[in-house]
Amino acid sequence: MDWITIISTTLKSAVGVETVLYGVAAIGLNVHFGYTGLLNFGQAAFMGVAGYGLAVTVTVMGLPFWVGIGVGLVAAVLLALLMGIPTLHLRADYLAIVTIAGAEIVRLIFRSVAFKDVFGGSDGQRGFSNGFYAINPFEHFFTARQYGFNLGPVPLFFSPRQTWVIFVGWVLIALACGVVFLLMRSPWGRVLKAIREDEDAVRSLGKSVFSYKMQSLVLGGVIGSLGGFIYGLAYASVQPDVFGTETTFYMYTMVILGGAARVFGPVIGSMLFWVLLVLVYGVLAEAVGAGYITFMDVNQVGALRWILVGLGLILLLIFRPQGIFGDKREIAIDAR
Amino acid sequence: MRRAVIAFTAFLGGLIFLLAGPAHADPADCQGLRGTLKLQGQPVNGAKIAVTTESGQPVKEVTTNAQGTWDVPVDKPGKYKVTLDVSTLPQNAEVRGGNNVRTPTVYKGNCSSVLFALQPKGAPGQEQQQDSGGQTSMWEQAAQLAFEGLNLGLIIALAALGLSLIYGTTGLTNFSHGELVTLGAILAYAFNVGIGLHLIPAGIIAVIVAGVLGYLQDRLFWGWLRKRGTGIIAMMIISIGLALVLRYAFLIFFGGQTEAYAQYVAQPGIQLGPISAAPKNLVAMGIELAVLIVVGIALLRTRTGKAARAVADNPALAASSGINVDRVIRIVWTMGGAIAALAGVMLGLSQTLKYTMGQDILLLIFAGVTLGGLGTAFGALVGSLVVGLFIQVSTLWVPPELKNVGALAVLIIVLLVRPQGILGRRERIG
Repeated sequence: MDWITIISTTLKSAVGVETVLYGVAAIGLNVHFGYTGLLNFGQAAFMGVAGYGLAVTVTVMGLPFWVGIGVGLVAAVLLALLMGIPTLHLRADYLAIVTIAGAEIVRLIFRSVAFKDVFGGSDGQRGFSNGFYAINPFEHFFTARQYGFNLGPVPLFFSPRQTWVIFVGWVLIALACGVVFLLMRSPWGRVLKAIREDEDAVRSLGKSVFSYKMQSLVLGGVIGSLGGFIYGLAYASVQPDVFGTETTFYMYTMVILGGAARVFGPVIGSMLFWVLLVLVYGVLAEAVGAGYITFMDVNQVGALRWILVGLGLILLLIFRPQGIFGDKREIAIDAR
Repeated sequence: MRRAVIAFTAFLGGLIFLLAGPAHADPADCQGLRGTLKLQGQPVNGAKIAVTTESGQPVKEVTTNAQGTWDVPVDKPGKYKVTLDVSTLPQNAEVRGGNNVRTPTVYKGNCSSVLFALQPKGAPGQEQQQDSGGQTSMWEQAAQLAFEGLNLGLIIALAALGLSLIYGTTGLTNFSHGELVTLGAILAYAFNVGIGLHLIPAGIIAVIVAGVLGYLQDRLFWGWLRKRGTGIIAMMIISIGLALVLRYAFLIFFGGQTEAYAQYVAQPGIQLGPISAAPKNLVAMGIELAVLIVVGIALLRTRTGKAARAVADNPALAASSGINVDRVIRIVWTMGGAIAALAGVMLGLSQTLKYTMGQDILLLIFAGVTLGGLGTAFGALVGSLVVGLFIQVSTLWVPPELKNVGALAVLIIVLLVRPQGILGRRERIG
C-alpha cells in the first residue's frame, strides 16, 4: 500500500480542480435550493451551456477566448429564463421533474448527431483553452516547474497549468461567496428566504414571487456556469455526458453535506465530498491492487464510491438534513 | 429506528447477494481495442478489421469470430486507426453513415470499444428496432412506428402506473422507480442466464421477487420514514440517493455491458399488413395490456382498489372512514414493485439489458405520469401511451437520437398549458 500517494492525492483533492468546479457550481445551487427553496435539478445544464458556449465560440466560430466567456454567461442567463418561465409557477416536485427534463434536453441536443458540426456529438469539443493558458502567470511570469510544498514526507505539488486553474477557481469561489453573503443580508435576499418559508405570505405583501424566483434562478445559474467554464478550461474539453443529471445530484449532496442556506456550506461540502471520495477510492484501489481485497476489481471500486455517495445522501437527509453547518429551521425540505 | 436502518441495509445486502449470480468482471489488465459487429441483432462473422497506428504503421489485422467480436491488444496508449473492410461484410450489410474508418484513442490500461453500426443495404440512415427495409411509403412507415410506439408506451405505462399510485397514496415523487424497472430486468436475467431457467418462469419469479422487495422496501424504509415525519421533499432527495445506490450496485454485479436474455433474442419479423413485428413483441404487448386491464379493473371493482383510490384522493378522509391507509400503501408498493419489474422484463425483451436502462426511461415515465395527471392511475396509462406513440412517430420528422427531446418538450408544454394533465383534476399545482 502506497500511503504517501494516497495521502498526497487526498490532501490535494481538498483544493483541487474538481473541488473548485463543483464547489462554485454548488454555490449557485445553494442560491436556488438553500436560499430560495427552488428544487432545481438541472444545475448541470447551466454548467453545460457555459462550457459549450465557450467551446463553440472559440473552436467553431474562431472568436477570442473572452468573447467565449461572454457567450457562455449569456447562454446561462438565457437558459435560466427559458427554464424559469414554464417552471417557476409550479409546485416543488413538478419543478424538480421539469428542470431535470430541461437539463436532459440540453444534454441530448449537445450529444446529438444532427448538431455534430456545432457541438461535436458525444465526443464534445476540445482545443478552446489556449487563450486561458496564454495568460497563465504561473507558466510565463513565475518560472517554477511545479507549485506546492512537502508536508513532511508527503509531496503536495501542482503543475503550472493546474495551479492556474485552481488559483482562478478559488478567486471565483471567493467572489461568489462574497456576492452571496452580501446579497443574502440585503432586503432582496430576505425576500428570497421569505419565499422559501412561505410563498403565499410574500405574495400577500405585494412582492412578485415569480420575478424574485427568476432573479434567483438567473443568479444561481450564472454562478453555476462558472463551474462549467472551470471544467472546460481545466480539462481543455467539454463532453455532453459530463453535464448529466448525476452531476446535479452530486452537487445536491455537497450542498446538503456542508449545510444548505450557509455561505460556505457548499464549499466545505465540496471539499469534504472530494476528500472522502478520493480517500475511499485511493485506499480501496490500492487494497485491490495489493491483493488485500479479492472480491472486487478496480472498476467495481469506482462504482462502489458512487454507492457511498448515494448512501451518504440518504443518511444525511434522514439523520442530519441541515448538514454540518446548517440550521434545521432553514432547510426547505417540507412540502408546500 | 436503528433497527430499521440495519434491516434496510440487510435488504440491500440480500439484493446484492441475489444479483451476485451472473456477476462477472471485466479483465482489468486490458489495453487495446475491441468491438462487436452485429447486423439487426445477429453477430457478423468473418469481417476483416485492420488496426494501424495514427501514422499508418500496421498493428494487426483480425476477423470477427462467431459472436461477432474482435479484439486487438496494443502495446502503447495513443491514437489508432481502425478500418473495417467493407467487402468482407455480408452481401446485404453496410456501415451506417458509410464511414468505415474510426480513430479511437487507447488509454493506459484500458480497452476502448470501437463501434461500427451496421444496417441492411438500402435502409434509411436511421435507427429502427425492426427495420422494414427497402423503400416504404410514409404511411407504412408511420404505421410501423405507431406499432413500436405502442410497444414502448405499454412498457412505460406499466412503470408509470406504479409510480403514479405511489405518488397518489404517499406523496412521494420516487426517483428510484427507474431502478425498480432495472431490478426486474436484472432479476429475470439472473434466473434466466445465471440459473438457467427458461425466460418465462424466470420472468414470473423475477416479478414475484420484485413484488416482495417492493413490500419490504415500504415496510422497512419508506414506511419508517413516514412515521419519522420526514418531509416530502427530503424523501424525494432520499429516493435520488437510493437510485444512485441501486444503480451502481447493478453496475458492480451486472457490469457495464449490454446483455440479452437467453431466449427470444433475434426473431424474424412477421408481416401484419403494413407492420413487421417480431412475435415476441406481440406476445409481450398482449401480456402488458392484460396486466394493465386487470390492474385497472382491480382499482375500479375490488375493495382494496377502491381503498387505494380513496387514499390517493384524500388520505386523511380515507383514514377517518375506516380504511387502513398503511395497509393500502403496502399493497400499492408491492404491486408497484411487481409491475415495474414486469416493465423491466419486457423492456429487456424488446431492447437489451443495461444497468442504466431504468434510469434511461425514468424521465419518459415521468412524462407519461405528468401528461396523464400526477396521482391518477388511468391518467398514467393514457399519458404513457401518448408519450410512447409520440416518441416513435416523431422520428418521421426528427432525428432518432432527438426523439426523447420531443417527449420531454411535450412534458414541459403540458405543464404550461394544462398542469393537471389530461385526466387530472384542477388543484394547486403552481
